[in-house]
Amino acid sequence: MPEVPREPKRGNDSVPRTLLVALLVSLVCSSLVASAAVVLKPLQVANELLDVRKNILEVAGMFDPEGDINELFESVEPRVVELDTGAYRDDIDADEFDPEKARKDPDTSSVVPPELDVARVGRRANQALVYLVREQDEVTRIILPISGYGLWSTMYGFVALEADANTVADIVFYSHGETAGIGDFVSKPGWRSLWPGKRVYDGEGELRLRIIKGRVSADDPLADYQVDGVSGATLTGNGVSNLLRYWLGDHGFGPYLDKVRGGGPS
Amino acid sequence: MRSVAKSALLDPIVDDNPVTLHVLGICSALAVTTSLLPSLYMCVALTVVSSLANASVSAIRRVLPGSIRIIVQMTIIASLVIVVDESLQAFAFKTSRELSVFVGLIITNCIVLGRTESFASKNPVGLSFLDGLGNGLGYSVILILVATSRELLGKGTLLGYTIFPSVADGGWYNPNGMMLLPPSAFFVIGLIIWAVRSWKVEQVEEPEFLIHEVHRTEVH
Amino acid sequence: MSGHYAELFIKAVFVENLALSFFLGMCTFLAVSKRIETAFGLGAAVIVVQFITVSANTLLYNYVLKEGALAWAGLPELDLSFLGLVTYIGVIAAIVQILEMVLDRYFPRLFHALGIYLPLITVNCAILGGTLFAVERDYTMAESAVFSIGGGFGWALALVGLAGIREKLKYSDVPAGLQGLGITFIIVGLMSLGFMAFAGVQL
Repeated sequence: MPEVPREPKRGNDSVPRTLLVALLVSLVCSSLVASAAVVLKPLQVANELLDVRKNILEVAGMFDPEGDINELFESVEPRVVELDTGAYRDDIDADEFDPEKARKDPDTSSVVPPELDVARVGRRANQALVYLVREQDEVTRIILPISGYGLWSTMYGFVALEADANTVADIVFYSHGETAGIGDFVSKPGWRSLWPGKRVYDGEGELRLRIIKGRVSADDPLADYQVDGVSGATLTGNGVSNLLRYWLGDHGFGPYLDKVRGGGPS
Repeated sequence: MRSVAKSALLDPIVDDNPVTLHVLGICSALAVTTSLLPSLYMCVALTVVSSLANASVSAIRRVLPGSIRIIVQMTIIASLVIVVDESLQAFAFKTSRELSVFVGLIITNCIVLGRTESFASKNPVGLSFLDGLGNGLGYSVILILVATSRELLGKGTLLGYTIFPSVADGGWYNPNGMMLLPPSAFFVIGLIIWAVRSWKVEQVEEPEFLIHEVHRTEVH
Repeated sequence: MSGHYAELFIKAVFVENLALSFFLGMCTFLAVSKRIETAFGLGAAVIVVQFITVSANTLLYNYVLKEGALAWAGLPELDLSFLGLVTYIGVIAAIVQILEMVLDRYFPRLFHALGIYLPLITVNCAILGGTLFAVERDYTMAESAVFSIGGGFGWALALVGLAGIREKLKYSDVPAGLQGLGITFIIVGLMSLGFMAFAGVQL
């Protein structure tokens, strides 16, 4: 030790002194913290928005690493959809709508009954955001936010459907907690490339899209509705199948997609 | 540099390493090291907090009443951590998500609190700053070693750039998935400790119980 | 509904063990795991403190700090969540201090058994970590209670397990460089690997 430790002066431990020091420390620290929070907040909010938009552009097939994300996002139109009816809710501003908040607020959400909760989401908001990709006023892709439980925790992603609301254009999982090296196939480009062209519903309107065990065999009549699973990661694969079953089914975006296919809201 | 200052800065890197010798700051050293990039952010965050906290505590050491000493230190550390956390969220959003709660846990990181309590409260500002910096560096060395091994062997990449092309991408390397799981962090640090103690024999711990014959002339 | 809580508990104890999966509380974990009695003592103290602090902090988060939490006081626009870290650690330090005083005054036997561990617990990452996880996952009061008891219990379980192994290891011929700390890390790594087997368990 370079210096002999000195005893604190007697005056330090007096009550008024203690209170004064405590007060000063609190004041200095709280101003430091509060100013940092206030000054940095706009930047944080902008970054969060940028992150969400980047993921949507990816699944829309429009992501350009050189381009400006906000500019590219001009061709994407967010709309709020009433899940139970499938109708648009144009009275709700899509730019202001916060899906996480809506999901937690008991006024705008509800508990999913256990027998319907195949994706183990717990709660579901009454409305959800959908993103319509337009080229010259024609809708070319419909992007739906999806989420559900995998092996370890909830996975979050987007699925993009073609304008027929039945063919998969792309799928992206931007957040998951699956096992590194095995279950994280959900975020690997190789597996993602298996999806374009797969169908969701068959001729009778049954939801058939799912992950199977092993490789899809080309002569299987249901091949169009199946995606390869990964051995050793069955539960993660089941998680993906389940969350698709939920969100593309009657309790998710099913009613909305029915309307779209019927020529309805567009 | 004066030798005292030099020793404050450089000792914690190997001879007095907070992680491998004092068993401090382990929690985050294990958790964030699956990739090198978040680990680097973590190293910077901890070093910044440690040096600034040490300097601040040292600056008020003469007027700080004994009864609120620990809580004041914690408040200073916590405030610095919040500022660092908010900055990370503002400037490196994706990485801050990956680091999630571990930046917050710098508050309870034994290294920071340990140094403010044992060194900064008894030493001048400049020296305390260097001590905080040195301990941050010691911590960073370990973190970088662990993260490099885990990312390289676990994914074949380093900072996201492919070093060993993986079989899935047409290369030759079969990534060792276990390196990305929690247990591997423990193994890697255990091996690092073994290596360091084989080099610096003075750090070896005495076994608690020796099973061998003690000759009457030997003194243990 | 009880299935949800049972699952939360099992997850907190085994699959997401605070010590073996998230590496929380490692410093004290490695230092105190030399003997089983001390491990029991610290483990018990951690469970109690975890339960009280996570519940208190969840309450604070939901009614004071969260965005819109202060609606009951007529300030629905306020978002104080950035004060979270400093508030939680302050609450933890205060609760541990109070617990120490209460034990000393009313339960002196218990104080002698657990009292020395309490100051160690304030800076135990597992305690702050438990609060941060509960807040991040937005648990309700009931979920916080189950999660905290489970988390504390899991941590204690890992600690006592490690102490048991280390006691047996006293008589083993460990290479010099691995003696003490090194071999402990390897053991904990193996324990962590073992606990991962609980993943995918569904009730």
